[in-house]
Amino acid sequence: MKVTLFVPCFMDACYPKVGISIVEILERLGHEIECPEEVVCCGQPAFNSGYWEESRVICRKVLKQLERAEAVVIPSGSCGAMLKVFYPELFKGEPEEAAANDLAARTWEFSDFLVKRLGVTDLGAKFEGKATFHDGCHGLRELKTKDSPRRLLEKVEGLELVEMEAAETCCGFGGTFSAKFPMISTAMGEVKCSSANETGADWMVSNDSSCLMHLQGLLDRQGNPLKTIHLAEVLAQR
Amino acid sequence: MSSPVSQFKTDATAKAGDLRHRGLIQTALRKYEIVRDVRKGAFQDWEQARQSAAETKFFAINHLDTHLVEFAEKLEARGTKVHWASTASQAREIIGGIIKQKQAKSVVKSKAMTAEEIHLNPALEKLGFEVVESDLGEYIVQLREEAPYHIVFPAMHLTRAEISDLFHNKLGSPETHSPEELTMIARDALREKYITADIGITGANFAIAETGMISVTENEGNARLSAALPKTMISLLGIEKVLPKLEDLALFLPMLATAGAGQQITCYNTMYGGPRQADECDGPEEYHVVLLDNRRTELLADPEQRDALHCIRCGACLNVCPIFRNVGGHTYGTTYSGPIGSVITPHLRGLQDWKHLSNSSSLCGACTETCPVKIDLHHHLLHNRRNASAGKPSVLERLAYRIYAIAVNTPGFWGLGKRIGRLAYPFARFFSGTIYDPARAWTKTRDLPPMPGQSFKEWWKERNR
Ligand code: SF4
Repeated sequence: MKVTLFVPCFMDACYPKVGISIVEILERLGHEIECPEEVVCCGQPAFNSGYWEESRVICRKVLKQLERAEAVVIPSGSCGAMLKVFYPELFKGEPEEAAANDLAARTWEFSDFLVKRLGVTDLGAKFEGKATFHDGCHGLRELKTKDSPRRLLEKVEGLELVEMEAAETCCGFGGTFSAKFPMISTAMGEVKCSSANETGADWMVSNDSSCLMHLQGLLDRQGNPLKTIHLAEVLAQR
Repeated sequence: MSSPVSQFKTDATAKAGDLRHRGLIQTALRKYEIVRDVRKGAFQDWEQARQSAAETKFFAINHLDTHLVEFAEKLEARGTKVHWASTASQAREIIGGIIKQKQAKSVVKSKAMTAEEIHLNPALEKLGFEVVESDLGEYIVQLREEAPYHIVFPAMHLTRAEISDLFHNKLGSPETHSPEELTMIARDALREKYITADIGITGANFAIAETGMISVTENEGNARLSAALPKTMISLLGIEKVLPKLEDLALFLPMLATAGAGQQITCYNTMYGGPRQADECDGPEEYHVVLLDNRRTELLADPEQRDALHCIRCGACLNVCPIFRNVGGHTYGTTYSGPIGSVITPHLRGLQDWKHLSNSSSLCGACTETCPVKIDLHHHLLHNRRNASAGKPSVLERLAYRIYAIAVNTPGFWGLGKRIGRLAYPFARFFSGTIYDPARAWTKTRDLPPMPGQSFKEWWKERNR
């Protein structure tokens, strides 16, 4: 299958290894990958802040660029939810309404794409350590991707998966919220990290780099030895 | 007085870092989650129950005009005086008028968030009446001269030791940490007031159109006494409390108890349908029902967010909300806090003054997932944000998003931006977290994300060259 990989803006700049890992995984499975140069951001920051007109400027370009893609894969529950759930709302009653609905149907969050679209869970990955999974809220509640990442992680050799009590509790990132209300965001992050620490895990894995960017920043600042890693990076290791 | 937004930011910042508060609330609400889940298991199908409740409320609210008339007519047929209050001040005048006319001296009141909403107590006190809160939690916050912390658990922010101190100082009771003894102290102080009160005021959990009755649920039996003993009873309720049929309570009573407090059913469930009838031996001589609009009809006129009127004030969305759990109820500065408060307060009290409540959310959706009547809470926060910036955009923010749109839509710009970011990155640590740091909101408590030498797109290009 020809897979169009959408690596969101901040992941492109800050977490290139996530995208590289996905390319490796999908190529190993025999798929052809393309990464359109001009698809950069999903438009979520403006949308979530209420600036829908400004957001549409970005989203229209995404719609155009991904018009002919067979399957669009995004390694982020949050950006995935933007395309799958919020584009149809954003373009309701606009000329691009049909295109938005159509793209939504062709878009997949990375772990769901592997498990539900391709039907694979065992990627032959090896990863030593004890890990707990953080459910990013958009993936969990907008896209319902609770099971897919866990089914993939269960098959990773050497990895012990433990659930933390606050697995489904928001980490406090919330996009612009993290900068508009930094102290609330920080408190939420601390609650999350202490729940992860309670499990004794070495790693906190997630399918959303945005949550991990916030959590790792907090962990580093507080000298907490817990480490964060994107699901794709775990699955690419052998 | 500071503006709502600066009050919120100041209080939120203080409370979010208050580890004692955090520990207290997180522990209490974790316990709640455990019992709630047990009780949910008693439903044959909780999700189906939510769906059914949402449909019933949808029908109730979308035919509010006929339901309210039916409700009022049935009540009036049994001798109740029904009052329609468009605004908070009208409701205060109506209630104050009844009390004056009765030449009453003391008023006993059971828990009613609607009364908080219209600031009834201070208004009545200004008229010279003593108002006593009969609900234990409400009584505690009344003694502390503060607003309820939570719509269901008004005093959940206090420890037993703090309550003991309060009673000791205000009532002269001996120090005790036993919940039973604390309850008995309050009960002794309150029983006297029930007996001497001339007026009893209650809220309502549901208003049954079919039979013209209000349903009041409570755990202490205090609302019954507030209603049964005084000669005149007044119930104040928002117009959205309507349920079409009596049998709807079969679902809504256990659902309210489960979602709100993790109880199978609330201890006391009482229906009131009018004053004492000729063949009855108890009940008030006079019964007044005050139906409050106070801008609820404006919400009704908004098809997108009308479902916010489905709310049964169970408090479940507050309990699961990570923002509420970290900033606490008082920080909101509103009668209704938590997700439902952040959704409806901008409608009830003005969008531009209260939009910060819709912004102060990570949009995690835990509220929507838990709401027993399936209100689309977190998406309504998004809708409020959209409406707020459409009505009165922030010039700076809009400009920033316009520039950002150009930057990400033009590949050359994006590539250049990444290169500049990489060049600037090593210098960031010199002023990181200081007042000169443009990213201070982030860097005050968090390290910056990494900025590797090669971005994904650069890697991809190089590989496919
Ligand atoms: S919005 Fe839903 S969860 Fe929140 S108080 Fe109302 S009914 Fe309960």
